[in-house]
Amino acid sequence: MKVLYFAWVRQKVGMAEEAVSPPDEVRNVAELITWLAARSPGHAAAFAQPKQIRAAVNQEFAGPDALVAANDEIAFFPPVTGG
Amino acid sequence: MARIVVQEAGFDVAAETQALQAGRTDVGGIASFLGVCRADDGLAALVLEHYPGMTERALEGIAAEAARRWPLTGCTIIHRIGRMVPGEPIVLVLTASAHRSAALEACAFLIDWLKTGAPFWKREEFADGRERWVEARTEDEAAAQRW
Repeated sequence: MKVLYFAWVRQKVGMAEEAVSPPDEVRNVAELITWLAARSPGHAAAFAQPKQIRAAVNQEFAGPDALVAANDEIAFFPPVTGG
Repeated sequence: MARIVVQEAGFDVAAETQALQAGRTDVGGIASFLGVCRADDGLAALVLEHYPGMTERALEGIAAEAARRWPLTGCTIIHRIGRMVPGEPIVLVLTASAHRSAALEACAFLIDWLKTGAPFWKREEFADGRERWVEARTEDEAAAQRW
């Protein structure tokens, strides 16, 4: 599974992307956030307030209940501020 | 139909407007929105980050939704990324249609949806060295919801 981070989520995690292999019980975005938050102090800081985090699964916006699978590209970022 | 561009470079509004008319005589009006970097609170620069790949897909999707709702003959979305100083253009939205109401409404729709539905993030750099990520505004969410 490829995980991408953007904006302050990237800065707090300390990297723009990583390849991860979460256990089978990590089935959705919310569970992936919980699992990722335990990987390092930077991850913990980035995911400290999950309500501030938005996600995309395979480049489509996805809510906390969206399913994640081994070959997916998952991205985490703050609410968007373009335009 | 839509011309979608994400680039560091600036753009030529007149040339982009002309391109929506090129080779056709059914265009009755072209509406435009030009977003400009504003100098709030001693802002020195904005740095725009995006999600390559998803950004283009999201903009294509938003443009397709506009084409479903209004009879557009063409539309252009150009969004810059990277570092911009006050006064520089950030984003251009152009919509062309046979009549003004469709062009004007579609243009407002596109910029409202772009602000909440495309993966861009702004970081502000200030003259005194401070940096801050721009926070999403509830007004922008409300503007997108009205469509």
